[in-house]
Amino acid sequence: MANKIVFNLIQVLVVLAFSPLVSGVTTRLKEMVQSKHGPSIFQPYRDLWKLFHKDEIVSEESSWIFRFTPYMIFITPIYVTLLIPVLTRYPLFFAFMGDMIGGGFALALGGFFATLAAIDTASPYGPMGASRTRMVGFLAEPVFMIVFFTVSFVAGSTIPYIVQEKWVTPATNFFMPTHVLLLLAFLILILAEGGRIPVDNPAGHFELAMIDESKSLEYSGRGLALVKWGGTMKLFVLMCIFLNVLVAPWGLAGGQTISAVLLAIPAVLLKIFALLLVLVVIESSLAKLRLFRISEFLGAAFVICVVAMIAQVFLL
Amino acid sequence: MTDQLLDNLNALVTGLFLLTAFGIVAMRQTRGVLNLFIFQSILLALSALFLGLRYQSEHLYGVALVNVIIKPLILPWLLKKTAPEEVYTRREVNQALNIPTALLIALALVILAYFLGQPLLNAVAPEFRGPNVPIGIAGLLLGAFTITVRREAVPLLIGILAMENGAFLSGIAISRKLPLLVELAIATDGLIVVFIMGVLTRAVHRHVGTTAVGELANLKENVSVPAGSEEAG
Repeated sequence: MANKIVFNLIQVLVVLAFSPLVSGVTTRLKEMVQSKHGPSIFQPYRDLWKLFHKDEIVSEESSWIFRFTPYMIFITPIYVTLLIPVLTRYPLFFAFMGDMIGGGFALALGGFFATLAAIDTASPYGPMGASRTRMVGFLAEPVFMIVFFTVSFVAGSTIPYIVQEKWVTPATNFFMPTHVLLLLAFLILILAEGGRIPVDNPAGHFELAMIDESKSLEYSGRGLALVKWGGTMKLFVLMCIFLNVLVAPWGLAGGQTISAVLLAIPAVLLKIFALLLVLVVIESSLAKLRLFRISEFLGAAFVICVVAMIAQVFLL
Repeated sequence: MTDQLLDNLNALVTGLFLLTAFGIVAMRQTRGVLNLFIFQSILLALSALFLGLRYQSEHLYGVALVNVIIKPLILPWLLKKTAPEEVYTRREVNQALNIPTALLIALALVILAYFLGQPLLNAVAPEFRGPNVPIGIAGLLLGAFTITVRREAVPLLIGILAMENGAFLSGIAISRKLPLLVELAIATDGLIVVFIMGVLTRAVHRHVGTTAVGELANLKENVSVPAGSEEAG
């Protein structure tokens, strides 16, 4: 019991410590593809350090929501980390608190508060970004739901630890059409929810074109640091769900010893690096979509996951 | 290779086949539609190969071979020879329906195809039950749907060819001893259709300066040429 609590905390620490690295590596890889040098992969840590030591300015017109939101954005990915398999293939101490759908709701809660906070300050750009995020959100959420329900239907459970075993026992299950199609749909969702190209440009600095970034325009100092850190953690958690629950549980710790859990850290980071390479290829080869084309992009994801569901419902 | 693995791989290939059929409905660029069709034909060949391995049928190897040679290689070459070059750079701006609507209707068609395929599957012996029959019917319906929503000459042509692909995907699953002659005949037929349509497209392009045949009904002059091309479709 005690070691399961410790493992759970290690899991949270891994997510906290390595999520800025993921964003740094992505930036660096993209710059390398574009034949540029690019900032150091540790630049996000320096940014966070700098922001934590700066003064925070909060508008007098804003309400408690504006002050409360950075903590919400920061806490929700950590909460989801407690539920999902990041390092181990067996449930840890806090895993009883929610299943995949609960985790999805918890992540959506952070987004909900971010939207409210963007509207709260009544700056012109925040509400615009907030409404655009909602537009992407209401197109992406049906896909999320169908992906989760199809996964649960296949595995007969909504607990991520049971689902991940299903795809590799027996090993031929990996090639089930449902599995591959769900992977495709979820990859598109990661692009949409993580605010990546082709849905949104994370490196853009033009306010009128922003979707995700403009929600944090009013934040400064510690609040901005928390929002940024929370954003990278959300992407990290989504990638962990994708890799460990949907793709396959390779490289996760099966043993109960602390060394096995620590050994799983480099394996998981390696998997994430491989996924980052795929994301960088996608981001470098596609252009950002026009706003009203996003519905076509996510419509494709919807079709893919419904096809996955049909393939499952009718054939097994 | 175990039977289970082959079954799963075949199911995966048919699933991707269905996706390419959706892509042919929704893709904007002519070049992209053609590439999707080539990919779909390769998937059809793979499905025939997996089924052939699974049931030790030489006929299906033959089908796979004919598909790999004719559709991805000869057909695009022929199309390139006959249809005007400008077709490939075109982007279809106005389809008959907007893309999300078209995709939703296409989804409904797929579910219809499954309901049509289910009684057929129950009627045959268990070893013929697989994903091929319903997905083949779905491919057929989606090809027909492509012809109704598209307004560009080459995507229309590819819709017809996709219908043929769909029919064949069902065909290889229901009959293990499909005579190779049938496949050869149909494939040659497809080539002739491509040839004729390519030449027609070129003629339409020369007469009215566009290949968006969906809009030709509005034109007063040269009515006979576009009407002929649509009837050939």
